[in-house]
Amino acid sequence: MKILVPVKRVIDYNVKPRVKPDGSGVDLADVKMSMNPFDEIAVEEAIRLKEQGVAEEVIVVSIGVRQAQETLRTALAMGADRAILVVAADDVHQTTEPLAIAKILAAVAAEQGAGLVIAGKQAIDSDMGATGQMLAALLGWGQATFASKIAIAGGRATVTREVDGGLQTIDVALPAVITTDLRLNEPRYASLPNIMKAKKKPLEEKTAADYGVDPAPRLEILATREPQGRAAGVRLASVDELVGKLKEIGVV
Amino acid sequence: MGVLLLGEIANGDLNRDATAKAVTALRPLGDITVLCAGTGARGAATAAASIDGVAQVLVADHEQYAHGLAEPVAALLVSLAAGFDHIAAPSTAGAKNVMPRVAALLDVMVIPDVSAVIDAQKFERPVYAGNAIQTVRSRDAQKVLTIRTAGFDAAGDGGTATIADAASADDPALSSWQSDEVATSDRPELTSAARVVSGGRGVGSKENFAIIETLADKLGAAVGASRAAVDAGYAPNDWQVGQTGKVVAPGLYVAVGISGAIQHLAGMKDSKVIVAINKDEEAPILQVADYSLVGDLFTILPDLTQKL
Ligand SMILES: Cc1cc2nc3c(=O)[nH]c(=O)nc-3n(C[C@H](O)[C@H](O)[C@H](O)COP(=O)(O)OP(=O)(O)OC[C@H]3O[C@@H](n4cnc5c(N)ncnc54)[C@H](O)[C@@H]3O)c2cc1C
Ligand SMILES: Nc1ncnc2c1ncn2[C@@H]1O[C@H](COP(=O)(O)O)[C@@H](O)[C@H]1O
Repeated sequence: MKILVPVKRVIDYNVKPRVKPDGSGVDLADVKMSMNPFDEIAVEEAIRLKEQGVAEEVIVVSIGVRQAQETLRTALAMGADRAILVVAADDVHQTTEPLAIAKILAAVAAEQGAGLVIAGKQAIDSDMGATGQMLAALLGWGQATFASKIAIAGGRATVTREVDGGLQTIDVALPAVITTDLRLNEPRYASLPNIMKAKKKPLEEKTAADYGVDPAPRLEILATREPQGRAAGVRLASVDELVGKLKEIGVV
Repeated sequence: MGVLLLGEIANGDLNRDATAKAVTALRPLGDITVLCAGTGARGAATAAASIDGVAQVLVADHEQYAHGLAEPVAALLVSLAAGFDHIAAPSTAGAKNVMPRVAALLDVMVIPDVSAVIDAQKFERPVYAGNAIQTVRSRDAQKVLTIRTAGFDAAGDGGTATIADAASADDPALSSWQSDEVATSDRPELTSAARVVSGGRGVGSKENFAIIETLADKLGAAVGASRAAVDAGYAPNDWQVGQTGKVVAPGLYVAVGISGAIQHLAGMKDSKVIVAINKDEEAPILQVADYSLVGDLFTILPDLTQKL
C-alpha cells in the first residue's frame, strides 16, 4: 500500500502572528515557517506503518509556494520516500483553500494509486480543519478524523478518534482518509545523516494546472484585523484579596 | 429560502446549548429548519422545536445516524440541501467531521468557526489561533458553515416549530462504529459552563489534578486543561481548551499552572473574567488575566477553595 501524506508549510507555532497594519492579512515576510505540527504527526504515523510492514511507500505532497520544498525535505529526512511539490502560488501571502487543495490531492491520490491518505486535522494558520474531509468526499472514500490511535488490518483501519465527549473508535474501509490529532504519536527528529540522505530523494515538481484544478478562492478575504485586546489586569497580593474581588464583581 | 441547521445530538439527547447558540447566530439569515438525526431523535426533535426562532424540525430517526458517522450524515444533509441557502451546524467535533464533507459534495467551500454573521454572504472567523479575525465573502451559491458558539447567547424557549420526518438517504457504508469511551460526570459541560477551572502542566500529576477538581466543584464549574496536561495524562482529551481543543467563554475562567501559550489563549481569551494562578510572574497568561496571584498553586488552591 502507498500512503500519501499532505504537508503544509505554515508559520512556526512558536511565532506570534502579527496582523499587517493595512488589514490585508498576517505578515509572513521574514517569519519563521515550519511544517504544520499535525502534518509532522501524519508523516510520523505513515513512516511507522511502513516500518510495521503495512505500507510500502510514503509519498509526501505539498501545495503552495516553491519554498514548500523545504517542508518536503524535512518530511523526507524523517523517512518519507519521495515528494511531490505542486506550485500553486508565487507569494507566501496567497493561500489556496481546502476545496482546491482537496481537488489537487484527489488527483494526486488517483495518479499515485494511494491506498491511504493521512493528513493533519487542521492547519494552524488558516484553522480550517477541512481538507481531509473534503478529500474523502471527492474520492468517495470513508474518513476517520482526529485520530489518536490507528491499527490497520484486513483492508480496514480501526481508528480511535478524539471527540467532544471523550473517545470514539470506528472502522473504516480502505482506501480512506485519516486525519491526525495531537495524541497520535510523538514525531521523530530527523538525524543529520538522514537530512543529508533526504537531499537525494526524489522531489517532483508540478503545478495546479497539471491536475486540471482551478485554485481560485471561493471565499474572498475582505479584511483581516486584530482581535479585541484585553485591558491590563491587576496583580493581587493574597487569596483574601482575590476572594474579595470576585465577590465584589459578582462572579462568585 | 432559509437555513438548514444540523442539531447537535449527544447520547441521544439534543445538546440544547450548542444548538440554541447557533440559532441565535443564524436567525438573521432567515427561517431555521433544525435537522435531528439519530436513533430516537424524536426526543431531541421535541427539544429543538421549543427553541425560540426555530421554524421547522426534521427528524431522521434511523440507526445509521446513531453515532454521527460522517458519510451517512453528510449524505443525509446533501439530500436535504436543495431548499436551503445556508447549511450550518454548531462547531462541535461532530460537525467539524461532517460539514467539510457536505461542502465538498456540494462543490462549495466550507466556512468554519464563524464568530459573526454580517449578512447572507459575509462572515467573520478567527484564524492564526485567534490572533487575527478575517472577514470573508462567499462566492458560492450555497453556504456551508459552522458556528463558533462561545460568542453567542443561547436562544430562549417558547418556539412552536412543526416536526416532520426526513427521508433517510442511502448510507455509503464506508465506516462503522465500534465503541465509545465517554466519561459521564455531574459537572457542567465545558463549552456551556458559566465557570471553568483549568489546570496545566504545573499541576504535576493526575493525582494532583484533584485540587483543580475540588475548586471546580466548590464553584459549580467545569474542569478544563491545557494540552500539556492532557498529553501528560493528567486530564482526559475532552478537557483540552485551546486552538485545537474546545473554545470556551465563561463568566469566570481560572487558569492554574498554565503558562498561557497562544494555542491555549485561543480557546479562552474571550472569557469575561480571567483569573491566573502561576508561580512565574513572567508567564504570558498574566497579560490576559484580570486578576492574578503569583505563587505556588499547592498553597493557593486549598486556601482559595476553603475561603470561597
Ligand atoms: C499544533 C499545536 C496545537 C496546540 N493546541 C493546544 C491547545 O488546543 N490547547 C493548549 O492548551 N495548548 C495547545 N498547544 C500547546 C501549547 O503550545 C503549550 O505547549 C501548552 O499550552 C502549554 O501548557 P501549560 O501551560 O500547561 O504548560 P507550560 O507551558 O509548561 O506551563 C506550566 C506553567 O505552570 C506554572 N507552574 C509550575 N509549577 C507551578 C506551581 N507549583 N504553582 C504555580 N504555577 C506553577 C509554570 O510557571 C508555567 O507557567 C498546542 C501546540 C501545538 C504545537
Ligand atoms: N497547501 C497544502 N499542502 C499540502 N497539504 C495541505 C495543504 N493545506 C492543507 N493541507 C493538509 O490538510 C490538513 C488540514 O488543513 P486545513 O483543512 O487547511 O486545516 C493539513 O494538516 C495538511 O495535511
